[in-house]
Amino acid sequence: MKLAMENLISIGVRSIFIDNMIFAYFLGMCSYLAISKKVKTAFGLGVAVIFVLGVTIPINWLIQNYVLKEGAMAWLGADFSSVDLNFLQFIVFISVIAAVVQLTEMAIEKFSPALYGTLGIFLPLIAVNCSILGGALFMVGRPYNLAEATVYGFGSGIGWMLAIVALAGVREKMKYSNVPAPLRGLGITFILVGLMSLGFLSFMGFAL
Amino acid sequence: MSTAVAEVVEKKSEPLFSKKNRKLVSNPLDIDNPITVQVLGICSALAVTTQMKPALVMAIALTVVTASSNVIISIMRNTIPSRIRIIVQLAVVSLWVILVDQLLKAYVYDVWKQLSVFVGLIITNCIVMGRLEAFAMGNKPFPSLLDGLGNGFGYGIILLIVAFFRELFGGGAVFGFKVFEAIGFHYKGNGLMLLPAGACIIVGVIIWVQRTLNGYRETH
Repeated sequence: MKLAMENLISIGVRSIFIDNMIFAYFLGMCSYLAISKKVKTAFGLGVAVIFVLGVTIPINWLIQNYVLKEGAMAWLGADFSSVDLNFLQFIVFISVIAAVVQLTEMAIEKFSPALYGTLGIFLPLIAVNCSILGGALFMVGRPYNLAEATVYGFGSGIGWMLAIVALAGVREKMKYSNVPAPLRGLGITFILVGLMSLGFLSFMGFAL
Repeated sequence: MSTAVAEVVEKKSEPLFSKKNRKLVSNPLDIDNPITVQVLGICSALAVTTQMKPALVMAIALTVVTASSNVIISIMRNTIPSRIRIIVQLAVVSLWVILVDQLLKAYVYDVWKQLSVFVGLIITNCIVMGRLEAFAMGNKPFPSLLDGLGNGFGYGIILLIVAFFRELFGGGAVFGFKVFEAIGFHYKGNGLMLLPAGACIIVGVIIWVQRTLNGYRETH
């Protein structure tokens, strides 16, 4: 029991700091660059990403292991034990993600209009955030069990939120600096992300 | 390279290519570039550019997917209910991505291995979705095809430039050919170029150079 807990914590810390979605894999960069001008909105989007990643990764794990994987449908009977539906992976995963996002949007709209006011506009964006589908595809490539996959989902989301809030903080302060005119906006943001990613490299030394 | 392809396509059937249609292909190459101006499709542009070869394959794959899903969505544009359009678009795009993925797996297995999850991530590549929303939903199939091709080429150009510098300075090679060794010069690869940080900084500098040349400015 203690060992399993340790393992989960290690996966969580890895996915937040070492395998950070933004700084190690560049996933979800489009919304990361577009919505990081203010800390407040960045935080809202970050929370929405954590939620969607934390929900979709376990769902996709179940689908992968009980429907799509080669021999995964053995629970239906011997006839199905040789079926391999891996080629349907992309379309199934993206449908799950789009459906979860749509459901979340409706649920939040109905039960918490205040939260909908802050999160609502970001939710449709999340369906096409690469970090969600990317997380699902990475999860398939690694031998996680259900609990580990869930921790991985939440951890990746937290890592993504850390990254976007940090960048938004820096960009708010950038207003007061004298950046060369052609470099303003996107150019300097890229260089900032590069420097922050160098900083995050220092986490790589941790043995977990 | 992508520019050359674009010109060949334009010359072949001149009457179809009014000035407006030609603009659809040429604008995304510079003043309306998907990566450096529209800020779309950044994830894969940074992740697959450690070497030229995967970058080229990725650019071709993305061009095919963008152009063909643009055409399909454009044909269906009047029948898609607007509430569920995102999911319809995603379904069409993932159909094409599955086809491309299976083709790459069959014919260029080593590159497919290298690209790993990034072929699948073309589905959520913002260029594809962005062009579907911004262009294909409101235009006829043929201009949509051109728009898809143009944006694919614009993406490809940036990808190849980034990959060129990263492979040259990171590994001393171009398309796997050891340039520095061939001219009898010992070059020790600069590891920073192969790291994520190197990619971001190179893209930042490319944007700087491009905006100095074409005069595009942002306030902040």
